[in-house]
Amino acid sequence: MDSLGGLPFVGMETSASFLPRESLDTLLEAIRREGYSRVLGPVVRHGAITYTGITSSDDLPKGLRDRQAPGHYRLEPEEGERSFAWANGPQALKPLTFAPRETLWRCELDDNGRLSFLDSALTPTPTAVIGIRACDLAALKIQERHFLKPPYPDPHYAARRESLFLVAVHCSHPADTCFCASTGDGPRAEAGYDLAMSELDHGFVLVAGTDRGRAVLALLNLSPASPDECAQADDEIEAAASAQTRSLPDRNLKDALYARLEHPHWDQVGRRCLSCGNCTAVCPTCFCHAEQDEPALAGSSSEHLRQWDSCFTAVHSYMGHFLVREETRLRYRQWLTHKLASWHEQYGRSGCVGCGRCIAWCPVGIDITAEVSALLESGDAQS
Amino acid sequence: MAGQNRNQTDALDRLNDRSNPRPRIAVHKFSSCDGCQLAFINAGEALLELAQLVDIVHFAEAGPMDPEAAVDLAFVEGSISTPDEAERIRKVRASSRYLVSLGACATSGGLQALRNFNDDGAKGWTEAIYAQPAFIDSLDTATPVAEHVKVDLELWGCPVNARQVFQALRQLLFGVAPVVDKDKLCVECKRQQHVCVLVAKGEPCMGPVTHTGCGALCPAFGRDCYACFGPAENPNTAALARRFEGLGLMPEAVARRFHFINSHAPAFRSEWLAWKQGS
Repeated sequence: MDSLGGLPFVGMETSASFLPRESLDTLLEAIRREGYSRVLGPVVRHGAITYTGITSSDDLPKGLRDRQAPGHYRLEPEEGERSFAWANGPQALKPLTFAPRETLWRCELDDNGRLSFLDSALTPTPTAVIGIRACDLAALKIQERHFLKPPYPDPHYAARRESLFLVAVHCSHPADTCFCASTGDGPRAEAGYDLAMSELDHGFVLVAGTDRGRAVLALLNLSPASPDECAQADDEIEAAASAQTRSLPDRNLKDALYARLEHPHWDQVGRRCLSCGNCTAVCPTCFCHAEQDEPALAGSSSEHLRQWDSCFTAVHSYMGHFLVREETRLRYRQWLTHKLASWHEQYGRSGCVGCGRCIAWCPVGIDITAEVSALLESGDAQS
Repeated sequence: MAGQNRNQTDALDRLNDRSNPRPRIAVHKFSSCDGCQLAFINAGEALLELAQLVDIVHFAEAGPMDPEAAVDLAFVEGSISTPDEAERIRKVRASSRYLVSLGACATSGGLQALRNFNDDGAKGWTEAIYAQPAFIDSLDTATPVAEHVKVDLELWGCPVNARQVFQALRQLLFGVAPVVDKDKLCVECKRQQHVCVLVAKGEPCMGPVTHTGCGALCPAFGRDCYACFGPAENPNTAALARRFEGLGLMPEAVARRFHFINSHAPAFRSEWLAWKQGS
């Protein structure tokens, strides 16, 4: 995928278009005309931004922003009419590509005692998602690396991913929990989108990242964005980066963390951690799952299910009649050292995209950036 | 854990070592509201299907009555709350190859176990409630079945979830040990994409320490879990209680979160005591 929008808008004026705010519905209509019959966008549901089916721009939030802190998420009124003046909600793309629970195959027993195994067919509805963030796209790329890796790409994941049309909105309102600038994953959407937009007060600066995106833009007949509009969009993205106060060290922490596997701080976190798995559920890169069979009562058929699991559950580490990680400190250590250390060995980068969800949605407010600082501050190793 | 597996295997061996391919099943009731038995009765077609697979020899609520029959598989609802029940549960155990405690009352003592914390047991409440307390013959405590006889499988919930009960039953019919998911409710809540009511609304949700199984019913409606499925594995009740205090609950209110349907479960009992004393 090419990604002109990964570069600043300034200097790219010829490829950037301007969509007036009152014409936002024409974009949704053009996306539908290109075959994406289901359109999801940010909608306020149960007090949070969630990606839900929308029929028009009226369904989008207006004049709202999120206030996030460790263990805390609230939506509050914000001056103006903007629809994307927030950082993120608890989920974005992960449940759309990696289903929380799905049947992978079925098994049936016929009257002659023969077993047959049946594929679970999957024909996802072509779906457009409006308002995806840079961190979510970075996470999508990581999950693609995991699920679509040859020689055994996951067919369900592939079918769902292929069905998506992604409209990124560059982040202009990071939350206090955000640290994507330090992981290099935002706030500007770099790649992986079909369209990318910056929201200004009076409309949107828009670029296409793929042929699918260009086909949608071609239906709109928009004017080019002005140099001022491009400059303002760039300024807002830069301000969103410099507004972030949290950070992770921008280096491979593998050696530093492996040298501190017996650090007393793991016990300290273990006393606070609920091992509830909320961090892994909201993490856009966590991909652990469990598989189980659910036989029908009659005993002549069975469904083989895959569902989200977490390294914070007991059974995740159950093998050979014992739990490898019975204690909470070991479960937290497993999560953190996988995310920030062994992930490098598996996927060539860290597994953290700086979205801050694990901080906000931890019921007791454990902060990955603070825990890493505490671990690195002291200890045996010099890394 | 290894010891637990050994016990499970012994019970399974007894269940599987029967001459009849169709197991004989009993559903017994002790001190309870009958709500868990409804998991069977409300199952509709599945109940008819079950009748093809097993012989239901005792199930008073549904019709068949033979409380003393020897059975392969007994489901026991209710806590042990009277002298008569303490005697009867021993007979049920003696006549059953495999015994399942069905629901919160049978598994942790249930709501009525709140009396276990009274200095005078059931006496004060009995006198306050009944016109003729002399006719009430209660034990001072309401206790789980496992405090009286050996239980081979515990199914939690107030009430139990029919899907969970039928899955366990199906696995027993196959002759294998049922797998009961003991994760925290949060794991299922997030699979279902519910917005966390603790983080987004500041509700004192018990999900992070509560045994999964209900399907995250309460958070689906935007309300906080009240732990009707009892404690999950590895519950950090102390950290959650501190968080509730941080949300603005007074110590007495924190204590009450743990002092409800599963108050007698050790993890909840100790947290209640810690906060009650602090209040």
